[in-house]
Amino acid sequence: MDINVLFFELALSFYFVSTVSSIIWLFKGRKATSKLIIAATAIGFLLHTSSIAARYIKGGHFPVTNMHEAASFFAWCLVLLFLYHEVRFKLGLLSSFIMPIVFSLILVSSFFPRELQELRPVLRSNWFGIHVILAFMAYSAFAMACGIGFMYLIQEKYLKSRRLGGLFQRLPSLQVLDEINYHLITLGFSLLTLAIVTGAVWAHSAWGSFWRWDPKEIWSLISWLVYILILHLRLRVGWRGKKTAMLSVTGFATVIFTFFGVNLLLKGIHTFV
Amino acid sequence: MNILVVGLNHKTAGIEIREKLAFDGPKLGRAVDILKASPDIKENLILSTCNRVEVYVIVREPDAGTEHIRKFLSDFHEIPRDHLDKALYVHTGRKALAHIFRVASSLDSMIVGEPQILGQMKEAFDFALNKKSTSVYLNKLMKKTISVAKRIRTETKISESAVSISFAAVELAKKIFEDLSTKTFMLIGAGEMAELAARHLINNGVKDVFITNRTYERAEELASEFSGTVVEFDRLLDELVRTDIVICSTGAPDYVIFKDAMHDVMKKRKNRPVFMIDISVPRNIDPEINDIDNVYLYDIDSLQGVININIQGRQKEAEKAGKIVGQEVEAFLQWQASLSAVPTIIALREKAEAIRKSELEKTLGKLGGIGQKEMQSIEALTRSIVNKLIHLPTAALKSDTEDKDAMIDIVKRLFDLNKNPENETNSERKNEQEK
Repeated sequence: MDINVLFFELALSFYFVSTVSSIIWLFKGRKATSKLIIAATAIGFLLHTSSIAARYIKGGHFPVTNMHEAASFFAWCLVLLFLYHEVRFKLGLLSSFIMPIVFSLILVSSFFPRELQELRPVLRSNWFGIHVILAFMAYSAFAMACGIGFMYLIQEKYLKSRRLGGLFQRLPSLQVLDEINYHLITLGFSLLTLAIVTGAVWAHSAWGSFWRWDPKEIWSLISWLVYILILHLRLRVGWRGKKTAMLSVTGFATVIFTFFGVNLLLKGIHTFV
Repeated sequence: MNILVVGLNHKTAGIEIREKLAFDGPKLGRAVDILKASPDIKENLILSTCNRVEVYVIVREPDAGTEHIRKFLSDFHEIPRDHLDKALYVHTGRKALAHIFRVASSLDSMIVGEPQILGQMKEAFDFALNKKSTSVYLNKLMKKTISVAKRIRTETKISESAVSISFAAVELAKKIFEDLSTKTFMLIGAGEMAELAARHLINNGVKDVFITNRTYERAEELASEFSGTVVEFDRLLDELVRTDIVICSTGAPDYVIFKDAMHDVMKKRKNRPVFMIDISVPRNIDPEINDIDNVYLYDIDSLQGVININIQGRQKEAEKAGKIVGQEVEAFLQWQASLSAVPTIIALREKAEAIRKSELEKTLGKLGGIGQKEMQSIEALTRSIVNKLIHLPTAALKSDTEDKDAMIDIVKRLFDLNKNPENETNSERKNEQEK
C-alpha cells in the first residue's frame, strides 16, 4: 500500500471515530466525549495532511486534479476551518454539525479511483493551483455556514416554541451563531469571487478565453449569485437570523451541486478523470 | 369555626381564566368588603397574584362556605360556574393549613423557591388588616404562615439557586444575545417581579436602561433607582426601535404593544432581535407578536418551560420543606384546639391557684407562730377572693357568644396563658426573643 493511501485510510478512521462520537455527544453531553472528538479530529487532520503531502511529493503537483483528491481536499479545508472555530469560539455542539459533513466528504472521496495520473498540460499552471485552493476554501466556509445555520435554526426553534429542553442549554446563543454565519459567508463569498477571477485568468491562458459558459462556470456563477443575494438581503434589506440561516443552507446545496452534480451529471472542461 | 381555602393557580387554570379572576386594583377592596358583609363568613383574606387567586375564609359550615365562595367568585367576575368550578380547588382543616404554608413558602409556586410570593402574602394580609376583614384566627394563621416561610427559607436551600422570573429572563437573554453589556433594556410599568428582573439583568451587564410608566413620577423614581433614563409613555414605540430587551408589567387591562406596531418597529430596527418579557396579567403585549421573525416573546406561562430545567435540583429541598410544613401544621392545630374554652378555663384556674398558693406561703412564713384556726381562715379568705375574681371571666368564657374566639384569645393574653412551651414551636419562640 502506498504511504499516502495508508495515511488517508487512517485519517478516514479517525474522522469516523470523531463523527460517531460527535453524534453520541448530542444525546449524552459528557465532557470526556467532547475531548475525544477534538483529539480524534486533530489526529485525523494530521494524518490527512500527511496523506496530501505524500501525494504532492509523489505526484509532483498539488493533488486536486481528480474527484478523489478534490473531495479529500475539500474535507481538509473544512476540518481546518472547524478546528480554528472550535479553538477560537468554543461553540457548543459545533462538532456534531460539522463532523458529519467532513465524514461524508471524505467517504465520497474514498469511493473514487485513487491512482495518481499524469497531469494534463492544461492543468500545469500556478493559476490553476491558486484557483482550486481558493475555491475549496470558499466551499468549506460555506459548509461551515451551513452547519452553523442548522444550529441557528434549531436554537431559534427552541426559543420561539418556548420548549427549552434537549440541546437548548448546550447550543450557543443566537447572536453568536448569526454573527459567525455572517462572517463565514463574507469570507466564503470573497474567496469564491477570487476563485472565479483566478479561474478566468487561468482559462484565458489555457484556452484563450475568460468565460466559456461551461456548466461548472454557470453553476459557480449561480452559487456566487446566491451568496451575493444573501449578503445584499442582509446588508440592504435587513434580513437576518432565521431567514439568513435558511439561505445559508440553500446556498450550500448549490455549492454541493456545483461540486458533485456538475462533475458527475453534466460534462464540461472542468470534469475530471 | 373552620378554615377554608378556595382558589386556583397556574397548575389548575390557564392564563386566560387567571386574568379574568384576578382581583386587580379596586376589585380587591370591593371583594373583601362583600365577603366581610356576609354573615356566614367570619373572617376573609384574598390573595391575588399573577399565578394564583385564593380566598381564605373562616366559616361555620365548610360545605356551605365552599358553595358560597364558588358562587361569589362566579358572580363577581361574571364567569360561568361550570367553567370556573373545574379550575378551583378547595381545602379545609389540616389540608388548608398545609396549603397556605406551602404557598407562602413557595413550595406551590410555578418556580419552586421563588421569593416573591411571601411578599405578596404579606401584602394581602396587610390589606386585610386595613380592611379589618380578618380577626383572631386568620391573624394568628397569617403571622404563623410568615414565620413558617421564613423558617423554610433559612433551614432549606430552596431559594438559594436563581430567582424565578429574573433567573429565567437573564438565562434566555444570554441565549439570544450572548453579551448583555452592549444591549439596551426597557422597563415598561413597574411591579416587584418586573423590578427584580430588571435588577438581575443590570447585574448581568445590561448598561443602557430606559424606564417608562403611565405615571411620570413613578418612572422617574425607578429611573433614579436603576440609574436609567425616563421615556415618555407616548414615545414607547419610538424607543422600542432602540431596545433589545423589554420587560412589560403594567396594570393596563389591554395590550400596550400591538402586532402591527411591532412590525413597523422591527422594520426600523432592521430586524435586530428583540427579547420581550410580558409578566402582566392580563397580558400587555399581543401574544401574536411572537410570530414576527426575530422577536422572542415570553409571557408568564411560557417562562414555566425555562424553569423546569432547574426544578429537579430543588425537589430534594422541597421534600425537606414539606416536613417542616407538616410539623408546623401540627403545632398550629394544637393552638387551634386550645382556642376552645375548656383548656383556657383550666389554664386560668391553674394560674390563679398557683399565684394564690405562692402568695399564701410567703405571708404565712412571715407571720410565724399563729394558730391552726387562723391559718385555716386566711387560707379560706384567699380561696374565696380568687374564686370570686375568676368567676366572671370563667362564666363569660363558658357563654356562647359571637365573639367567643376573640374573648378566649384576649383572656389568654390578659392572663399570659400562652406560655405553655408544648404549644409553641421553636421558630416562634425565637421570634419572641428577637422582639
